[in-house]
Amino acid sequence: MSPFVPQRLASMRPRQIAAITLHQGNRTLPAGELFDVTGSPGGRIVIQSDSELLDNIGMGMADGELMVEGQAGGYLGRGMSGGFLQVAGATGIFAGSAMSGGRILIEGNAGDLLGGAAAGERQGMRGGFLHVRGSAGDRAGDRQRRGIIVVEGNAGDYAASRMVAGTLIILGQAGHQCGLDMRRGSLILNSKPKSLPATFNVSGGHQLTFLTLLNQYLESHSAPWAFPGNSRIRRWVGDLACDGRGEILIQA
Amino acid sequence: MIINGVEIEDTFAEAFGMSATRLIITAINERWARIAGETMTGFATSVIGCGVEGGIESILNEADTPDGRPGVSVLLFGMSGSVLGKQLEARAGQCVLTCPTTALFSGMTDGEPLPLGKNLRYFGDGYQISKQLGDQRYWRIPVMDGEFLCQEHTTRKPAVGGGNFLVLAATQAQALTACEQAIAAIARLPGVITPFPGGIVRSGSKVGSKYKALMASTNEAYCPTLRGLVRTQLSQDTGAVLEIVINGIAEEEVGWAMRTGIQAVCELGSAQGIQRISAGNYGGKLGRYHFHLRKLLA
Repeated sequence: MSPFVPQRLASMRPRQIAAITLHQGNRTLPAGELFDVTGSPGGRIVIQSDSELLDNIGMGMADGELMVEGQAGGYLGRGMSGGFLQVAGATGIFAGSAMSGGRILIEGNAGDLLGGAAAGERQGMRGGFLHVRGSAGDRAGDRQRRGIIVVEGNAGDYAASRMVAGTLIILGQAGHQCGLDMRRGSLILNSKPKSLPATFNVSGGHQLTFLTLLNQYLESHSAPWAFPGNSRIRRWVGDLACDGRGEILIQA
Repeated sequence: MIINGVEIEDTFAEAFGMSATRLIITAINERWARIAGETMTGFATSVIGCGVEGGIESILNEADTPDGRPGVSVLLFGMSGSVLGKQLEARAGQCVLTCPTTALFSGMTDGEPLPLGKNLRYFGDGYQISKQLGDQRYWRIPVMDGEFLCQEHTTRKPAVGGGNFLVLAATQAQALTACEQAIAAIARLPGVITPFPGGIVRSGSKVGSKYKALMASTNEAYCPTLRGLVRTQLSQDTGAVLEIVINGIAEEEVGWAMRTGIQAVCELGSAQGIQRISAGNYGGKLGRYHFHLRKLLA
């Protein structure tokens, strides 16, 4: 589904869009055989589908709006650099992978490796704002380098694994071994995770001014606050097996 | 022109083009924000000897600051962007970073970027943390009371420095009272500061000196003790002259502040010993901005 991005379709007529070739398994076929294409040229695309097989929706998106009224497959918004991508349902693996800008809102659940690095890549998400109203799978924020991920629900195991920098916020329950191999960056949790690696040290209770700014930023993106900026948080530092300048902030 | 018995001299104030930045300092309470702001602008009366001119523009409540804490807005003025940048870095590092509980933010969004936390971050010795929120980057620098939060850049823009007026009164006390009233009125205005001690200057200067090493020296024409010795600008019954210097982000704001200050002085009138309002200039040859007193008050 990677051709279906606003910057490419903005000036195309429905007939031209219907002729765009898509891959289905080992076949290629025109989009018109899979979709009814209607509307007029512009910067907003709506995809109506309830298939979880539509991979690469919004891949490389640079501007405009893309709405998915239904579910999405894997690699949603991969490499996205701008614009707004919204999915009404759930998404597959690697949503927001390698994105460097723009905003993704997933109303349902997200699969594993949310904002994570694909095989062979040294960095996952590199910027932008990735917001999941549901829960996320394992390894959310894997090798994240910059940007903010908010998961309103729960997250699977190994959240923020191999994180390089950036911010991952989990408001529900986080799974086991959060922050494994984390180098830098912030993992912010509303409650204690199921477990932490033994290579994290407790840094004590703190009040951090930057949380107020973070809350304001979240509010401006219609996301809930991590927790009140003047509240006291408990800070863990690590992963000491791997640079050790990352932090896990847990509401005290 | 005479207002309430006070003569408004037919002259003008000559002001210069400068480069300015606005900063917001926040702290745990207003007291500590004000301490940081006063320290940062403490030795910033004149570019002649201080590098920059600065002052607290306003006190900010929680709703008006980036981090929701009490704060102050500070304006700094330099003769060039590079001087301003160096002074800003030194003052931010020595006066705000060192002050308990403070955080430092840019107070302007338009203009040329000016490093703020960009170099201060190295104080963190590798433990500093960067946070990018939207298009703004912040540095969290570990310090002994927690973290010093500092925005990476502020901005600078062209501004006006050296708007002024002179208050001539029968006695020193009357001149001072009038100037205090003017300063109180000007302090309520946005976009301007009065960089001298308490906002008031008693040592108005002229360009040059009989001593070659000095670029400025006392303005003898306005010194009452030199009456009879030099070509004076004072009448026989003038006992003291005080000056108010105003720097502002925009020409209109400086003009409005001069008008506000002069009106406050004139409210006291001749009954309180105020005799004349004058202004300092260099014949109109040095400064870009000319503020004619009678036009301002018309």
